[in-house]
Amino acid sequence: MNPALNSGLNSAVNAGMAPVATPWFFYVLAGLAVISGLLVITRRNAVHSALALIVTLLAVTGLYLMLYAPFVAAVQIFVYAGGIMLLFLFVIMLVNIERSSKDRQFNRMWPVGLAAACALLALFVSAFVKGKALFPDRMISLPESSNTQQIAGMLYGEAGKMGEYTFAFEIASLLLLVAILGAVIMTKKKI
Amino acid sequence: MPDFIMSYLGIKDAVTPGAAGSQFWALVYVFIIFAGVSVAVMAMNWLERKALAHFQIRLGPMRVGPHGLLQPIADAIKLMLKEDIIPAEADQFVFWVAPLIGLLAAFTVYTVIPFGPSQAVSDMNIGILFMLGVSSLGVLGIVVAGWASNSHYPLIGALRSSAQMVSYEVAMGLAVVSAILMTSLNATGTGTLSMIGIVQAQQQQGVWFIFKFFPLGLIALGIFAIAMIAETNRAPFDMAEAESELTAGYHTEYSGLRWSLFMLAEYAAMIAVSSIAVALWLGGWMRPFPNLLNAPAWDFIFSLFPALTFFGLAAIAIIGVVRMPAHSFFKIQRIGLAAFAAVLGFIALLLLVIAVAGRSADGSVAARFREGIDYVYWFVFKVAVFMYLFIWYRATWPRYRFDQLMKIGWKVMLPISLVVLIATAIVGVLVS
Repeated sequence: MNPALNSGLNSAVNAGMAPVATPWFFYVLAGLAVISGLLVITRRNAVHSALALIVTLLAVTGLYLMLYAPFVAAVQIFVYAGGIMLLFLFVIMLVNIERSSKDRQFNRMWPVGLAAACALLALFVSAFVKGKALFPDRMISLPESSNTQQIAGMLYGEAGKMGEYTFAFEIASLLLLVAILGAVIMTKKKI
Repeated sequence: MPDFIMSYLGIKDAVTPGAAGSQFWALVYVFIIFAGVSVAVMAMNWLERKALAHFQIRLGPMRVGPHGLLQPIADAIKLMLKEDIIPAEADQFVFWVAPLIGLLAAFTVYTVIPFGPSQAVSDMNIGILFMLGVSSLGVLGIVVAGWASNSHYPLIGALRSSAQMVSYEVAMGLAVVSAILMTSLNATGTGTLSMIGIVQAQQQQGVWFIFKFFPLGLIALGIFAIAMIAETNRAPFDMAEAESELTAGYHTEYSGLRWSLFMLAEYAAMIAVSSIAVALWLGGWMRPFPNLLNAPAWDFIFSLFPALTFFGLAAIAIIGVVRMPAHSFFKIQRIGLAAFAAVLGFIALLLLVIAVAGRSADGSVAARFREGIDYVYWFVFKVAVFMYLFIWYRATWPRYRFDQLMKIGWKVMLPISLVVLIATAIVGVLVS
């Protein structure tokens, strides 16, 4: 295990943080995520679907907070609930909702979707049944207070060393840069 | 008082209710902040109308109560009793839910605002990210309101507002990052994102970040101060509700209580972004010159400021009583204003007694209580300066055109904030 994780674990135990998160919170958030997720695919009006998707994303944010991953939660709010959903709404608003909501749905993709959902369910069930063998038996509980610093250490390295994922991170950022350039070139006729 | 109450009130130990894991006291703090912000919004409403009127050599509200002091209450009652119209062609549910989205986003942010080292609901490790992320959700309320109204002006207002908020968020985020970079200039080289941690970093380094690496901190604050006007849709960047072009922009179709929720959300968001600026660049809860004038005598002098402020307000109210025309028509107003002055004077006396009783920093109950009042006072004072600036901007500058607004956002603010960020990083590496 990463020594940084170990030290973080000890500091969390020493700090004596009292978790406020209870099973009650989990069931409320999980139920919210599932119900609004169902609303996303059943509403005919695309704006209603988008709003339900925002609720799903925020409920998942709450679950991330319960897993002591505040940085991921913040990024989820920032990128998905704040940025991407706003662009979704932007695009949907320019579509003629009255006509499109009365149109018959013409795609026949539900067998593929069902198969994918079944495969995911099978994966979850197998992880639940064989979880003890697959994953380390000690649950890694990251301390909330040093989560961000640890992510930074893994991505950028600490104390002069290269981080565990520095290379992959930089490659991913290069990929994003290429995608941005591609988008600009495709929209501009003349540069 | 029992020990546990004192510790949760921040009198005994510096720990927030969130860190202590106490749902009950977190709830108490939430109610205190909610009530405080609501009262502040009403006061701001009165002050804005009064100050704008005086800028334009008018009197402003004068009828309801002495000098219009009860005007916000009258307005609130009027708005609650007004008929609440939902247009027939509107999307009923989305129309209903839109003001609530804005209000939720504006008020959720207050959980991490550090009024003092322990005077916050919770101190999140990702405080500043949480604040920026959640306050950016407020734009969803505006967009959805404009769409649900099913009308042209609201839709154009909503599109303008979202384009403007998304554009200015970039410059705002880069300015914030340059302040966060400054927090890492300590012995360990590890910065922090927690709001309380950022203020404490300024305390440790002995300098407010506005003066750090002069003029880099000042420029970053300037960019943030401009971006936060655009983020809250205030003049001169209030393109979303430009009344000469779009009647009232995204809330044209709203009336009554729902409209007032939009106003409440707007003012709450203004207070929230001002407190980000105060916590990041202006030393949060710290009094002026905590290092230069650090003698106990100076501590005592600065701890008299809360009492002096209220004495000043009481004196202004008494001048109003004296100057009121000696006509029987003004009798009730005169009595009311005198009673208001008496209340303000009583609060001032109470604060004076606490300041004198707690003048020794020996950790006694009175001293802790005095410290807590000082923290909250200085934080609120700095936020109030920003709130006054919002009014001042509105009275001074004409509204921008939309293309000018976008040009400033992308072609001026973004490059400057990038340069400031890179320069801060370079200077930081050279110094450490």
